Amino acid sequence: MDLFEYQGKQYFARYGIPVSPGGVADTVEEALGVAERVGFPVVVKAQVKVGGRGKAGGVKLATTPDEVRTHARGILGLDIKGHVVQRLWVEHASEIAKEYYASFTLDRPNKAHLGMLSAQGGVEIEVVAAENPEAIAMLPIDPVRGLDVATARRWVADAGLDEAARAQAADLLVALYRCYTEGDCDLAEINPLILTPGGEVHALDAKVTLDDNAAFRHPEWDEFRGDEFEDPRERRAREKGLNYIGLDGSVGIIANGAGLAMSTLDVVNQVGGSAANFLDIGGGANADVMAAALEVINADPKVRSIFVNIFGGITRVDEVAQGVLEALARVEIASPIVLRLDGTNAVEGRAILAPHLNDRLVTEPTMLEAARRAVALAR
Amino acid sequence: MSIFVDESTTVIVQGLTGSQGRFHGLRNRAYGTRVVGGVTPGKGGTDVEGIPVFDSVREAVATTGATASFIAVPPRFAPAAILEAAEGGIEFIVCITEGIPAQDEALTYNRLVEEHPGVRLLGPNCPGIISPGKCNIGITSGDIALPGGPVGIVSRSGTLTYQALYELSQKGVGQTTCVGIGGDPVPGTNFIDCLEAFQADPETRAVMMIGEIGGSEEERAAQWIAQNMDKPVVAYVAGVTAPPGRKMGHAGAIISGSKGTAQAKMAALADAGVRVCQNPTEAGEAMVEIVRAL
Repeated sequence: MDLFEYQGKQYFARYGIPVSPGGVADTVEEALGVAERVGFPVVVKAQVKVGGRGKAGGVKLATTPDEVRTHARGILGLDIKGHVVQRLWVEHASEIAKEYYASFTLDRPNKAHLGMLSAQGGVEIEVVAAENPEAIAMLPIDPVRGLDVATARRWVADAGLDEAARAQAADLLVALYRCYTEGDCDLAEINPLILTPGGEVHALDAKVTLDDNAAFRHPEWDEFRGDEFEDPRERRAREKGLNYIGLDGSVGIIANGAGLAMSTLDVVNQVGGSAANFLDIGGGANADVMAAALEVINADPKVRSIFVNIFGGITRVDEVAQGVLEALARVEIASPIVLRLDGTNAVEGRAILAPHLNDRLVTEPTMLEAARRAVALAR
Repeated sequence: MSIFVDESTTVIVQGLTGSQGRFHGLRNRAYGTRVVGGVTPGKGGTDVEGIPVFDSVREAVATTGATASFIAVPPRFAPAAILEAAEGGIEFIVCITEGIPAQDEALTYNRLVEEHPGVRLLGPNCPGIISPGKCNIGITSGDIALPGGPVGIVSRSGTLTYQALYELSQKGVGQTTCVGIGGDPVPGTNFIDCLEAFQADPETRAVMMIGEIGGSEEERAAQWIAQNMDKPVVAYVAGVTAPPGRKMGHAGAIISGSKGTAQAKMAALADAGVRVCQNPTEAGEAMVEIVRAL
């Protein structure tokens, strides 16, 4: 789960990472209230999960109440790369002497954590990495040993951070590493991390991606979820515990396992169709999950046919077949369903469906044939 | 021959008394795998259809002499179960658990490497390993595999592993071993580990590799193949039509920027002399051709 900037800053604050005083505003009046509380000048920032907010006019400095009104009015409702701004973060404007970059993420090829620190912050790190890679001090971190203050002190010196910033930056990096590990982040990034003329170091932005697999030990994440503005199809699927991504085609896809689901999208595409969605019912899906999946797909008006592609492993095909029948009994499924069933308990599964097959519920022996049939039915 | 497991492999199931452990553990035994025990803390002294259950891995190994463990416990218990297996003397660990936090996975992998360098972990979040006719550890349906070789399969995706096995078996092409390495960010065993073992195994004469979007493991494998492999390799990479920037189920299956796309992986594999196919069926057909020409 990606966090909005304001959520990321709230998350940082839990781990003692200094951020600017500020608040959330959904209306012009709320923005004004926050500005008066934190003190002028303030920065009014669009809360969207996409980069390039500044260039799109989504970040403005305001020195008076009138300017706050003007900017809040202008930014709320603004469309930034397809993301409509529904919320603002208003914070006390910091004076900036220097801008740095800091992040922690998993270095998958090396199976270790990777810290990246640069004295050239405030710009896209990808640009720095491409044009001036030696400006980024990379620090591989063994998850067993972690990051201690002594290592962080050497690191800030290696990265060429200003003397005045080093001690505070080292402490902040240790706190950020703790946020990244104990806070179960896939990514914790600060860009820019600033040094003020007064010698303070703090986070001026926050980019945080949380690892959904760790949600079970983070009840505090619930409040972040409520604030997500997402595709209604995706919200419905998530409420039912399904892994769903909405797409633009006409063939609804249900498969077990991410790989098979992706492959199903590819095959549908190869035989001349296009998928309406990606939906992985996961391992060990039972009848309930299958029924829920069909209901979610059924609610998508673009869907003209449904391709259920199941290769049972931990998922048992008889359970899947039962789920299809349950869904058909519960709701009227608007599109014809093409099933391809193999693997664990496939014989039992096919037997369950056999008496119910008709021109709205068909089976095909292979993935390719089923894809062709589903694409033909969608036309 | 097979890689990593064979008919002499003896297996304990951590979580045998749970629903998944019981179902798949018994299925593995029915396939002919030497399932010699189970481990569930607090349930030592009981049995599951004649398979003795122990309180700890150490006890199970001391009594049964097991060399491998099949871990089928929920995500929050899996990291500790992996380390317990290694500390208890297990040499080969298969962990099918899906949904382990990435931080736990990274920590567990590194502790395993540092404290138990001789132990191999397969997974987490993988379907397991099957050496047809000899040993099946995990959740793969044994009846879709065909003994006798000559193909080795290595796959990053669970269900596509079955698909690959099935495509070959349907066409009468057998397998030496099929390894599902799993799609998580920190897999215990990666493509190169398996390719290396297949290259060294005299009975494996061709390899099928199934990749997917995200990360750079396929690219690294391609480089290894170009430098070290003289056996023919057929590959399929899932996710050509996946929208960029979206997580497709696995923590592993995410494309960010230009790296990690299916196209980039397919190009890297093709450059390494691998025969790259557009779907699992095509990959199966290509392998049939290669095997006939051997």
